[in-house]
Amino acid sequence: MAQTTSFTLNGKPVRVTADPSRMLVWVLRHDLGLTGTKAGCEAGLCGACTVLVDDEPAPSCSTALADVAGRSVLTIEGLARAGVLHPLQRAFQEQHAFQCGFCTSGMILKAYALLKKKPRASRAEIMAHLEGNLCRCGAHVRIVAAVQAAGRTGGAL
Amino acid sequence: MKRRSFLQAAGSSGLFLFFREALARAPQLQPTRPAGYPGDLNAYLHIGADGRVGCFVGKVEMGQGNMTALAMLAAEELDVSLDQVDMLMGDTDLCPWDNGTGGSLSVWQFGPVLRGAAAEVRAVLLRMAGEQLQVPVEQLEVKAGVVLVKGDAARQVGYGQLVRGRRIQLRIADVKPKPVSAYTLVGRPAARKDALEKVTGAARYTADLALPGTLHACILRPPHHGLTLLSADTSAAEAMPGVRVVRDGQLVACLHEFPDQARKALDRVKSAYGGVETVLDDRTIYPHLLAKGSGYQGTGQGDLKAGEARAALLAEGEYRNAYVAHAPMEPHSAVARWEDGRMTVWTGVQAPFRVKAQVAEALGLPAQKVRVITPYIGGAFGGKSAGPQAVEAARLARLTGRTVQVVWNRREEFFLDTYRPAAVVKVRAGLDPSGRICFWEHRVAGTSERESDIGYDLPAKRFEGTGDGGDTGSTAAGLHPFATGAWRAPAANTNVFARESHMDVLAAKAKVDPLAFRLRHLSDPRVIRVLKAAADRFGWVAGAAPSGRGVGIAVGAWRGTLAACCAEVEVDRRTGRVRVKRVVEALDMGLVINPDGARQQAEGAMTMGLGYALTEGIRFKGGQILDENFDTYELPRFSWLPELDVVLVDARDLPAQGCGEPPIVCMGAVIANAIHDAVGARLFELPMTPERILQALA
Repeated sequence: MAQTTSFTLNGKPVRVTADPSRMLVWVLRHDLGLTGTKAGCEAGLCGACTVLVDDEPAPSCSTALADVAGRSVLTIEGLARAGVLHPLQRAFQEQHAFQCGFCTSGMILKAYALLKKKPRASRAEIMAHLEGNLCRCGAHVRIVAAVQAAGRTGGAL
Repeated sequence: MKRRSFLQAAGSSGLFLFFREALARAPQLQPTRPAGYPGDLNAYLHIGADGRVGCFVGKVEMGQGNMTALAMLAAEELDVSLDQVDMLMGDTDLCPWDNGTGGSLSVWQFGPVLRGAAAEVRAVLLRMAGEQLQVPVEQLEVKAGVVLVKGDAARQVGYGQLVRGRRIQLRIADVKPKPVSAYTLVGRPAARKDALEKVTGAARYTADLALPGTLHACILRPPHHGLTLLSADTSAAEAMPGVRVVRDGQLVACLHEFPDQARKALDRVKSAYGGVETVLDDRTIYPHLLAKGSGYQGTGQGDLKAGEARAALLAEGEYRNAYVAHAPMEPHSAVARWEDGRMTVWTGVQAPFRVKAQVAEALGLPAQKVRVITPYIGGAFGGKSAGPQAVEAARLARLTGRTVQVVWNRREEFFLDTYRPAAVVKVRAGLDPSGRICFWEHRVAGTSERESDIGYDLPAKRFEGTGDGGDTGSTAAGLHPFATGAWRAPAANTNVFARESHMDVLAAKAKVDPLAFRLRHLSDPRVIRVLKAAADRFGWVAGAAPSGRGVGIAVGAWRGTLAACCAEVEVDRRTGRVRVKRVVEALDMGLVINPDGARQQAEGAMTMGLGYALTEGIRFKGGQILDENFDTYELPRFSWLPELDVVLVDARDLPAQGCGEPPIVCMGAVIANAIHDAVGARLFELPMTPERILQALA
């Protein structure tokens, strides 16, 4: 049954009236109109729907609305500040670390969680961290390079 | 001189100084285009009052970067900056007709048409500027869309001021596009036009449209292929608030304002299916293909019997590959709106004009009452050539009178896919006493023989495939138990795997280095050049296989583009696991429009190719598809990533070919050859799973 769930979304408080057992990806996309988060497999197996919940990556297709009550959710729409791209977005843009772009939001947010903890993550650490995020176009080599480049910008994260 | 329009001019190609001979042997390098592109310049280009250039293209952007490459071609001819060009793609009401995006054809097929139109537009604009500025056209130059009088830059007029958004009426015949030597934009790496939208989440894919009043539909599917719906009890679904159930023959759908609620409703539908499904499975498919393959056709030359009589040594091989899924990250999606007797369908498909016809036919509508609009596509690889989801959404929209969105879930995506056909290639070949190949027979069941002949010098050769199924095997009755279709370089992955594996089998028997053995059988300068380019970059050291080093080489082609690969692998003899450490690929695609775009395609293809080489194969038992998601169907992941190196051969004397598909065709063979070199075991079946490698080692 519908009830009101409050959480912080991209830095702003939101209240959603919906069945709290619904998965976050649908609430974000359809109730809140944030379509940058993609549904790829609906089973937590591809990473396309990755968002950050209190700075930890979570597959929003397998995270219930109730699970984010009172917490802070970051989606791709919340990454740029005042029209200025986040260093990860800039690096993905400059290195062309995408092709079709469908996995890109999830990749960037997953990488964000790593760089937040470890800005100078090594190539091996980046690859291990992104292992659960699938990219069918094969942009992997550029994604790793972009995350490394963003990490090198250090304090800007 | 005869008046020739830009379309006719686009049919003729430039001068080829160095490779006349190679071209004569490869007439497909000369661009030919299907009839049907409109002759009106305004169909392709629109100059806005603000000077921005609208470029209208019937092809679609699915990740491969043709949006940027085609914009570069238009900007180059018009002398505007890349940023001044706005691309509008894949809208059947607004864009010029096109037969579809596939076959690595965007630049090869449509590029010359666009260049021709843009060159003529520039000539028209210069003439208009000359009249306005009252100077001869020869005294004018163009910079970033502004026409200037040479040496008197104060006298200038912008494209936008000249045209003021109107249609261009003037025509100038026989305008020649720029020579390659005058290019300032084409041939240099360019920033992708879709980058900003894709890194900010702003890029709209079909499922992101959120049109007001949309109902999301989930459709009942059979549990196995071959079954038809006998009955469905939808009462429990209908009892759910906000759920609407539609039944129309075999089509049963639950609709709701939210897609997850529609899915929940569908889960409550009780259904019964009946019918006869195939008895085949993923093992028995191979003898089936050999038994049922028919309509063999192909090419060849020389006397095979005489060749075989000279053989001192014979080698036979049976090479297999499994059905492979496209598995794009974006599932098939469509949104349909039925309004005033017109159907508009937004859908991520490769051939919007063909899907328009498909929708019109399915709904019994005149074609002009259907419009297909293509938002960004989240990967396709051949799997979105048709648009069954567009027909589903359109039917439901008409039945409900509402805007309807259909998005397949991952199970539907795997179940309803048009797989790369499974295939068996039988190769028989022999070496004469001098160590040269004296005959070669290649016969493939399940697909065509396309790209099985790269032009090795073989005195007697024959290449055949099950022609009645075409490259995709899709039209051969009773051959494939499931729908098959185009999958990145149709037929070529199958045939190149067989041929290049078998070249190594023969090289090993002759105890000759695999590269030297290939060169011994080559005289085509382009093929020799691309092979040497890959080998040089890789640092190929000659040695007969198996050398224990784990290195392999292969060469292949796709529609005029040549690809050569070298790879290094490590094989764990205990587990059968393969780690691909390094892949170098050299490509000769003629003139390269956007070198960075070409590299992206090559890197992507090399990475994607690891999948069909090592893990990807649809497992099935009867009509049941056992792979339903990414837990069992393994796509390449970050941990697999080899060191990748791409060499773009400078072949600007040749017309631009294509680069989406060619770089994947060698991946099966080059890894099989490297595995053999590492451990001495020959793998004859794709994917080369650890189990198969252990079997081959036993």
